[in-house]
Amino acid sequence: MDDRLAQLRDLSARWHRKCLLGLEELTAEEIGVLLDTADLFRQAFDAGERKFSLLSGKTCVNLFFENSTRTRTSFSLAARRLGADVVDFSASTSSLSKGETVIDTAKNLESMGIDAVVVRHQTPGTPHLLAQNLRCSVLNAGDGPHEHPTQGLLDILTIRRRLGRIAGLTVALVGDIAHSRTARSNIWGLKKLGAHVIVCGPSTLVSPLWQELGVEYSYSLDAILPRVDVLNLLRIQFERQASRPFPSVAEYVSLYAMDANRLKRTKEGILVLAPGPINRGVEVTADVADGSHSAILDQVTNGVAVRMAALWLVIGNAA
Amino acid sequence: MNGKRIRISGGRIIDPSQGMDRIGALLIQDGRVLGFDLPTSEGETVLDAAGCIVAPGLIDMHVHLREPGREEDETIETGTAAAVAGGFTSVACCPNTEPPLDSPAAVEFVRQKAARARRCNVYVIACVSRNREGKELAEIGQLAAAGAVAFSDDGAPVENSELMRRAFEYCLMFDRPVLNHCEIPELARRGVMHEGKVSLILGLSGIPAAAESVMVSRDIALAEATGGKLHVMHVSTVGSVEAIRRAKARGVRVTAEVTPHHFTLTDEALRSFDSNFKMNPPLRSEDHVRECIDGLRDGTIDVIATDHAPHSKEKKMQELDRAPFGVVGLETALGLIVTHLIRPGILTWNQAIQKMTINPAKILGIPKGTLAVGADADVTVIDPEVEWTVDPGRFYSKSSNTPFGGWTLRGRARTVLVTGRVVYPFQTEC
Repeated sequence: MDDRLAQLRDLSARWHRKCLLGLEELTAEEIGVLLDTADLFRQAFDAGERKFSLLSGKTCVNLFFENSTRTRTSFSLAARRLGADVVDFSASTSSLSKGETVIDTAKNLESMGIDAVVVRHQTPGTPHLLAQNLRCSVLNAGDGPHEHPTQGLLDILTIRRRLGRIAGLTVALVGDIAHSRTARSNIWGLKKLGAHVIVCGPSTLVSPLWQELGVEYSYSLDAILPRVDVLNLLRIQFERQASRPFPSVAEYVSLYAMDANRLKRTKEGILVLAPGPINRGVEVTADVADGSHSAILDQVTNGVAVRMAALWLVIGNAA
Repeated sequence: MNGKRIRISGGRIIDPSQGMDRIGALLIQDGRVLGFDLPTSEGETVLDAAGCIVAPGLIDMHVHLREPGREEDETIETGTAAAVAGGFTSVACCPNTEPPLDSPAAVEFVRQKAARARRCNVYVIACVSRNREGKELAEIGQLAAAGAVAFSDDGAPVENSELMRRAFEYCLMFDRPVLNHCEIPELARRGVMHEGKVSLILGLSGIPAAAESVMVSRDIALAEATGGKLHVMHVSTVGSVEAIRRAKARGVRVTAEVTPHHFTLTDEALRSFDSNFKMNPPLRSEDHVRECIDGLRDGTIDVIATDHAPHSKEKKMQELDRAPFGVVGLETALGLIVTHLIRPGILTWNQAIQKMTINPAKILGIPKGTLAVGADADVTVIDPEVEWTVDPGRFYSKSSNTPFGGWTLRGRARTVLVTGRVVYPFQTEC
């Protein structure tokens, strides 16, 4: 335990940001610090060390303007395991419904003496707006289709722990790339760490423009299957789409659902991820989601470790 | 003819309406241009313009003065103060007020308010459609009789093609242009910024260039078919510029304007998530900006207009998708034109002044934009060298939603006269 704390402190000394807004602006070195820190928390968890007092006396607020079960719970657990107090703020029951602006809401919360705001919002850039207007730490828990840095990190941590490396791997992100913040955070993180990334999905959701981010694009899952090491199956975000990007769910399933048949044509050690919540039978069938190649539940466990790392590094740095 | 004489002496007089570019004196009497280089006379007032450009009063044919209805953003008083501080002696205001300017009474209200403010000339662009609903024609004849100089539903496009065709036809009787904000609503829906690489990275909904270009092409076809006069507002895409260039070449009665923000900024600015970079049409990518500049250079684009769109801080300080579209422009336009078009050699002074004087005057059919002998003495004296920094806190506009805060610019209006009366610098200022 003492050894682990010493390692954690060493890592923290290499981190200098007050906020975690996205992976695009981070260096490979900074992403490495986050992953190494998260890995230590995961190892501690596996060794039965579930409680730390690294953030005792600190208060975190979950400021969620979009529904979320997994991410909010994950951040809450992470904060509590570090010894911090956690307050949940739900947009629907707040004065936002009385017309207060998001900045005023956050400033009011800050005046109550908090150390970090974890924000989820449907509009890209809202965490950045808050970061410009608040003194406390701001963590982006998903801003529209822009970024979801802790999701990207937990996906990457899961790959690194399962396959032992990131550099040189071919990772395919499949599905609703256009509306996916998870895709964007994964792309930035994976590219910086040396992976080859393919975005794959229907041409209404994947465009050649993505090449300008340094990734390959493909419309055919079947064509890329034999050469990928990791498949990350993204949820179809019906709620964000202005119009239906494909004629029917059945047609989508026929082209992109990861099922047992397609699994036969992959590399032997293929790793299947899904950021969830998954639409069973749409992006992935039950046999694949629950099969031996799937790391879906491992991702959730790693999620808590990643959020512990993120909270500790940014709050520790602000203090 | 016995009023006090004003002599603006020693400046470089540039008046594209009469092909004039000379150093000399401009004489004004009784609110009109008296002549050039006349002998000095007893008691005349002399304004020294040495080192300055003396131009016909600048015209901004696309502003939003917000009154009536949205006085928290701007009033006719504050908007016209901003106009003269920016060097403009005439503005044409858009009808998207609350209620919209679709009745002779509303036109009269704006004219009265402008007369009371006594800053600059205000011309009214009235609605194409009743209540700006895009369903049936407004009373265009009565509006024209009340003084409306042009017709537009700006803020929004005339979406219905049949209505647009009728508007072109009906305006023929009054020889008035139809000004359109070209945007196909279903293509632009939910959009916050230009659709391209930057919107893809930021995850912000995009407004594709085609949303504009498609409607520009439609309107050109309708203007061509009817013989109507089309003026395309705030052009921002390659497709629009190309379509207008081709249409002009075959004689279609089409004119067009570009705003200063569309030739100075790209969609990269949105990376800041600052809503002062959110406007409609959106800031486009480099290739579109280059084409707009080419259009200005080769004359495809006739006019530079600001689309001055004031919004209070409370409205702009919101999440990007909730903040309204639009930026103020009256007080920065001239400096941006001097710094980013004239000094780099993209436009000559003559071309730039033409796009801010006689060209908009001709499009709107107003007796302005010229220093011809006998014309109204609307004059803008421009210091072309002075360096200044944009400080939104010092704007005369009621709103400060500018993307140019902190920019260093060269060139600014030094003295502004409207019908021979000095309206800027403000007399009451300390």
